[in-house]
Amino acid sequence: MAKEYEVVIGLEVHVELATKTKIFCGCSTAFGGAPNTHTCPVCTGMPGSLPVLNKKVVEYAAAVGLATNCTITQNCKFDRKNYFYPDNPQNYQISQLYLPICRDGHVDIKLPDGTEKTIRIHEIHMEEDAGKLVHDDWEDASLVDYNRSGVPLIEIVSEPDMRSAEEVIAYLDKLRMTIQYLGASDCKLQEGSMRADVNLSVRKMGAAEFGTRTETKNLNSFSAIARAIENETARQIDLIEAGEAVIQETRRWDDDKAYSYAMRSKEDAQDYRYFPDPDLVPVNISDEWLDEIRSRQPEFKDEKMARYKEEFGLPDYDISIITDSKKLADIFEAAAAVCNNPKKVSNWIMGETMRLLKEKEMDATEITFSPENLAKLINLVEDKAINGSVAKEVFEHVFSEDIDPDKYIEEHGLKQVNDEGALRATVEKVIADNQQSVEDYRNGKKQAIGYLVGQTMKAMGGKANPGMVNKLLQELLG
Amino acid sequence: MANVISDETIEYVGILAKLELSDDEKEAAKKDMASMLDHFDKLSELDTTGVEPMSHVFHMENVMREDEVTNGDGSEAALANAPERKDTAFVVPKTVD
Repeated sequence: MAKEYEVVIGLEVHVELATKTKIFCGCSTAFGGAPNTHTCPVCTGMPGSLPVLNKKVVEYAAAVGLATNCTITQNCKFDRKNYFYPDNPQNYQISQLYLPICRDGHVDIKLPDGTEKTIRIHEIHMEEDAGKLVHDDWEDASLVDYNRSGVPLIEIVSEPDMRSAEEVIAYLDKLRMTIQYLGASDCKLQEGSMRADVNLSVRKMGAAEFGTRTETKNLNSFSAIARAIENETARQIDLIEAGEAVIQETRRWDDDKAYSYAMRSKEDAQDYRYFPDPDLVPVNISDEWLDEIRSRQPEFKDEKMARYKEEFGLPDYDISIITDSKKLADIFEAAAAVCNNPKKVSNWIMGETMRLLKEKEMDATEITFSPENLAKLINLVEDKAINGSVAKEVFEHVFSEDIDPDKYIEEHGLKQVNDEGALRATVEKVIADNQQSVEDYRNGKKQAIGYLVGQTMKAMGGKANPGMVNKLLQELLG
Repeated sequence: MANVISDETIEYVGILAKLELSDDEKEAAKKDMASMLDHFDKLSELDTTGVEPMSHVFHMENVMREDEVTNGDGSEAALANAPERKDTAFVVPKTVD
């Protein structure tokens, strides 16, 4: 970006809540059903149907508000936002304009270079999602699926406090982490359970007034967000430099083409004619109810990081990776509690678990193994019942099938051989069969011992205690 | 009638409501709207200093349900009046973002 310009960014983040049912009816929110199989008169906007609020939606929204330092609007209500579009069967969306459930919050973010910054949150409101339109290019028609119609959303509206793509990513990451820790959503950008719209303007460095802003939609990954911000910043600076005006409009980002185009300008913007929804009565969140929600708040990443350092003395890097995902942190804590060996549990998570996640292109939330089985495996290694390489092999089965390591090594005869007599006999035979290596070793080529260790392990089916093999070889080779 | 509704206003309200009105209907609607606005002007004469805005006509709050699935497959009922369908999806004229 040209040095004399500053970019100003505010975000509108939609998050799909992890409730079992929709916000105003008892239809399932499960993803992937055949079109319209999760619908009823309420979520298809049939005349005369009456919405009834899902209590869990209020609890999740308030929990996110508390976690982002918001003031909770204890008397809030719903409003109708009126517009016509085929994805909106009621011809209005139930949302909150006048009394949103949360206001005036903030989150603290940390940038990669260690700088800390506070991003203010203007408000968080509850609303319903729209249906889904699938465009059929062959038939020149669109197909409408109302399974998503009425799925609960919260919209988190920030103040225009961000000044770079880096800050935007750090803010989104903080929101995602916080909401995942609450279990309020899985926050997957690719799958649309978290969607970010970027409001962006540029201005001359030091200017008091904001420039005219645009809103960019259709951002499905952190990298797409970064690219879109860079592109839109450059586009606006080019316009200003050319003496043209930035038009206030909504733009759609096409990440494949790395290009955005105008969807609709605010001049012919919809007049939404919001008004209080008469079908829904006000929501009163009593002090008791709010206290109850507050008492269920989990320990968040920052608190966990401090505690892990204090309690377990793990390296900062390891702590930050483990606490990046509540799932990993939960596994870590549960396994460490069983085997009482946090350092080893951390090593297994940082090493083999991360390796397998990467290899299988999985997200930590998709882990299915139980912490108890990881703890058992660690105990088996500590008790010298299996050696390190067998342990890695067994772990692959723990990871993919959640097998019980005790049973598995029993059934597959993988117990480590610690019997010195048996090992000595094998080592003696290996020495007799590999005179060339023995000679090399005795002639000062010390690395030749590695080959002999390998031959011994092979002869013992990989189950020999490697420390004892080494010791015996050194002894017998003199 | 103190309020007068212009042709532009009635045109705009018609667009917002997706209504096509004949000239006669427009004239009738203009009259109706003007008398409604007159009525609100009358209400505005009241001094409401210190009165909390009413959020609902019923003295009720917190009508909520637990987060439990109670509905099954509603697709056939939903599609019963669909002018056009493809499998269990509604078919509408192509929409472009």
